[in-house]
Amino acid sequence: MMREQMVPLTEQQTELLLQLVDGISAEQLTWVKGYLAGVSAAVRRAETTPALPATAAAEPSRITILYGSQTGHAAAVAEAAKSKAVAAGFKVDLYAMGDYKPARLKNEKLLLIAVSTQGEGEPPDEALELHEFIHGGSAPRLEDTRYAVLALGDSSYAQFCKCGRDFDEKLAALGAQPLRPRVDCDVDFETDAEAWVADVVRLATETQAPATATEVRLAPAATTLQKAATWSRSKPFAATLIENIKLSGRGSAKEVRHIELSLEGSGIHYEPGDSLGVVPQNDPELVAELVAALDLDPDETVALKDGMATLEQALTREYEITTLSRPFLTKYAALADAGELDKLLLPENESALRSFMDGREVIDVIIRFPASGISGAEFVQTLRRLQPRLYSIASSGKVNPGMAHLTVAAVRYATHGRNRKGVASMQFSERITAGDQVPVYVEHNRNFKLPADTAAPVIMIGPGTGVAPFRAFIEEREAVGATGDNWLFFGDQHFRTDFLYQREWQRYLKNSVLNRIDVAFSRDGRSKTYVQHRMLERSRDLYAWLQDGAHLYVCGDADHMARDVHATLTGIVQSEAGCSAEAATEYVRNLQREKRYQRDVY
Amino acid sequence: MDQPTRDTRSEVEHIKEASNYLRGTLVEGLADPITGAISEKDAQLIKFHGSYLQDDRDLRIERQKQKLEPAYQFMVRVRFPGGVCTPQQWLALNDIAQRHAGNTIRLTTRQSVQLHGILKRELRETIAGINRALLTTIAACGDVNRNVMCSPNPLQSRVHQQIYDYCLRAAAHLTPHTRAYHEIWLGDELVAGGAPKEEDREPIYGKTYLPRKFKIAIAVPPVNDVDVFGNDLGFIAIVDGEQVVGFNVAIGGGMGMIHGDPGSYPRLADVIGYCAAERMVEVSEAVAKVQRDYGNRSNRKHARLKYTIDDHGLDWFKGEIERYLGWKLDAARPYQFDTNGDRYGWGESADGNWHLTLFIQNGRIADRPDSSLISGLREIAGVHQGEFRFTPNQNLIISGITPEQKPAIETLVQKHGLDGGDRRSALRLHSMACVALPTCGLALAESERYLPNLLVKLERLIEDAGLTDVPITIRMTGCPNGCARPYIAEIGLVGKSLGKYNLYLGAGFAGERMNKLYRESLDEAEILSELEPIIRRYASERDSGEHFGDFVVRKGYVKPAAQGRDFHA
Repeated sequence: MMREQMVPLTEQQTELLLQLVDGISAEQLTWVKGYLAGVSAAVRRAETTPALPATAAAEPSRITILYGSQTGHAAAVAEAAKSKAVAAGFKVDLYAMGDYKPARLKNEKLLLIAVSTQGEGEPPDEALELHEFIHGGSAPRLEDTRYAVLALGDSSYAQFCKCGRDFDEKLAALGAQPLRPRVDCDVDFETDAEAWVADVVRLATETQAPATATEVRLAPAATTLQKAATWSRSKPFAATLIENIKLSGRGSAKEVRHIELSLEGSGIHYEPGDSLGVVPQNDPELVAELVAALDLDPDETVALKDGMATLEQALTREYEITTLSRPFLTKYAALADAGELDKLLLPENESALRSFMDGREVIDVIIRFPASGISGAEFVQTLRRLQPRLYSIASSGKVNPGMAHLTVAAVRYATHGRNRKGVASMQFSERITAGDQVPVYVEHNRNFKLPADTAAPVIMIGPGTGVAPFRAFIEEREAVGATGDNWLFFGDQHFRTDFLYQREWQRYLKNSVLNRIDVAFSRDGRSKTYVQHRMLERSRDLYAWLQDGAHLYVCGDADHMARDVHATLTGIVQSEAGCSAEAATEYVRNLQREKRYQRDVY
Repeated sequence: MDQPTRDTRSEVEHIKEASNYLRGTLVEGLADPITGAISEKDAQLIKFHGSYLQDDRDLRIERQKQKLEPAYQFMVRVRFPGGVCTPQQWLALNDIAQRHAGNTIRLTTRQSVQLHGILKRELRETIAGINRALLTTIAACGDVNRNVMCSPNPLQSRVHQQIYDYCLRAAAHLTPHTRAYHEIWLGDELVAGGAPKEEDREPIYGKTYLPRKFKIAIAVPPVNDVDVFGNDLGFIAIVDGEQVVGFNVAIGGGMGMIHGDPGSYPRLADVIGYCAAERMVEVSEAVAKVQRDYGNRSNRKHARLKYTIDDHGLDWFKGEIERYLGWKLDAARPYQFDTNGDRYGWGESADGNWHLTLFIQNGRIADRPDSSLISGLREIAGVHQGEFRFTPNQNLIISGITPEQKPAIETLVQKHGLDGGDRRSALRLHSMACVALPTCGLALAESERYLPNLLVKLERLIEDAGLTDVPITIRMTGCPNGCARPYIAEIGLVGKSLGKYNLYLGAGFAGERMNKLYRESLDEAEILSELEPIIRRYASERDSGEHFGDFVVRKGYVKPAAQGRDFHA
């Protein structure tokens, strides 16, 4: 028993403790141990980190309740569970599975799921994404998660409650601990569901660890443990492609892809606004065509800067074989002995040269001005080094640790009677699938950064794939709990097929992470409407936001969009401030100086 | 202190009540550019305006992956009391379908027309266009009296004119009065946010309208093409010579049920009496009002008139009708039905005009390689001086063709391959299917897209058995709600899940008896293997003139279906 001199308690405290443990059951003791552990952690934290608000210790435990519902039954059960849990003192986050970010799963401590099953065992529509996520390669380990599943179904179907079973089995396989065995409900689900709700809330109450003891923060610090990022364009990291999804809906004139790359193990750290450099490879068909047109041997050995390679390898990986440049034409003209090309290259024929180069590529030059008897080694001497392609990163590293997302438009067009393909974009479109490796590195962009003051409002103008960095921005703003308002302008050709990341914007709007969104679909109406038209319609508010300290960002096409947006912005300032054009120009210039107007255009 | 009584009314009842006579936030929702949908509440209300929010289910999963919302689109149902449509109206519809609805038109099982695939931003233009053609969509869906059906039989031209007149009067009398429809779709006296200038009134319905949909049909014996017993309220015309003198009144029909819920069931209407012809509208109002006041408003799955009757008793219900009327119904008069199908081909009516009934497979009017239905009907509408009539079996009658015009119409029918020649079995000519996938949100299985293929296989069995010219009704739906009235088909196929159907057998050929569940969750091979021996046996053992439905009952494949509650017994 207790020896008085070793006990750091007062006599009265000792007495109370002895009273408490006298005749206590094993179950009760377990609970008390947990309770004391929590108290202990809270006390320790209060003592060592006084900066933390004292109230944090009293914060209630959280339960996340997810439902996947087709007819509304699962939603109703989830609502009932929420009321019960709130009454029991929990802080409850209730989501339709379709509104829930799967990436959050790994942070869940207590998770309740009510989900129905469709037809022959399919998940309800809104559960598809989460169902797929937990069965996919990027599903996290869930050792810290305790969960319970209520499955709804119709026993007249062979695959009764299959979806609920899937969730249950998969969560367990991921290491999560069941609070209690799953309950499968038939068409008349009410009684079983009510019992389940009561039971899981009771079990959650019994097993809850005090909130403060297990609080985990999203920690970018974790990646600093790994070796510092030393990857560069010359030494790219081999990222594994995880997802390659076509975002453009059926019937779209475009092909825009959402790419997810794993940076796991690279130590790469990036901020929203940074770009990812992708080191591409040329289209093998085009390489073969070039080699054939030049009547060369693909296996001929050519010398590289560091080592040797076959001509085919060199043309595939080392050299630019599409874009024309004056240096290439000059060097090639010397080999080809083509009078017309020599003439074009004369300084006085600059504009004729430009118009010749417009829409043409290396292959056109070789076919039009054949060079006979040259070697592969000679030919590659004419070419430029293959350049990496930069893509604005479409994800926040805080929300997607160890990953980078890209939004890539497949570039394909026809000029001079020939189909053309963008080097990197078509690689994503046609040749790279999940599991393949892509050499990448991060290109930091200090000039496209969210405001340090998270209370500052943000206006984002990003039509087409220009929306990519703003997806990262919004993820980041949500993750850090930024209080400033967010306003997005988006545009593309068609509402139905080209509204990139539509569901995500809808979810952000619903959760008030995104406060405003204005969209312009140029091919839906009788007259073409672009983002700048929407800005103009919102002149007053837009100017008011700027006056309130908003930061304004533009990303996308440099030639037309960014220029039109810039002119519109200046015009809006002029009319709303009632000032001269010069004063408006100065106002906008000043925004740029203050880094409140930043652009990432290409 | 008063104890607050718990409000047990369903969500939809609250939505109706708070909607300010069906306005809700439809105007705002239509203007929202971020989604092609409208809010869940408005999606309930828009039904009363004749439209459903749907999405292309073929694309659902694909678009979810693409981070796009579902391919939302709207269905618009146009009301045609009695299914009568002028050539000018048809041309207008055709034009609207071409611009906004994928150049296809669907004839419904209730003599209406549906356009599908309309985008939100084009919905107002679509509905306004329909109204410009002197047509309307109001109350084509929703908890109100729906399109009133009447037998389109053109050969009885004098009788038809009379019942059509009653049909129009009942439809007009039970149309909602709210001005919301005009405000929202036609831009009349737009009320910006505030209260309307004068309060709307719904003298028959009140603020919350009916507990559920309400359907009326008028039949003229011996043809029960409207499936009069499948309606909440049916009128059976009693004809003296060529004069409609009165109607037998039947109440409590309705098709919908839910798989696995024995408390839900299809039910045929009971004949409760007779009224003089001119009191038909009065009776319609009284029946609607009894249902308005006593129908179940807390459980929408138990809210149709048929359940009100079964919960309170038929005699009680009849008594209430008579109390609301202030007079009593007479005893029902004798009548006899012999078919619920259509008669195809050319016919001449007493007034010397000609009428052509075309078989429209599942009511789907579109251009296909073998027949250019939509182009053909457009061309015919350009010259035709009579009417089009949509039948309750999803077919179309070009009616009132003068003898002088007949050759011209005949030429166009041939040119566009509209009559299908003699290639079709009597089984196919007595088939019906609901729309189902990919547009209907309720569908569990294919229907319109699938039945034609299944029929090809069934026709082989039928042909082998020598039954090609023997009419058998076959109806398919993609879910148990029963839009194609599958429970009054001799062969009923009701979708259970993709590729699986429940098989019902034994309904009466004239729609006077329901069928019964024979086998559950069959795939195609099982449907064929279950039906084959029955069809063979029918071919060899049937009595003279015996219909398939009667035969399977006589041979004990199924018990004769008793009324409603016993459907599952």
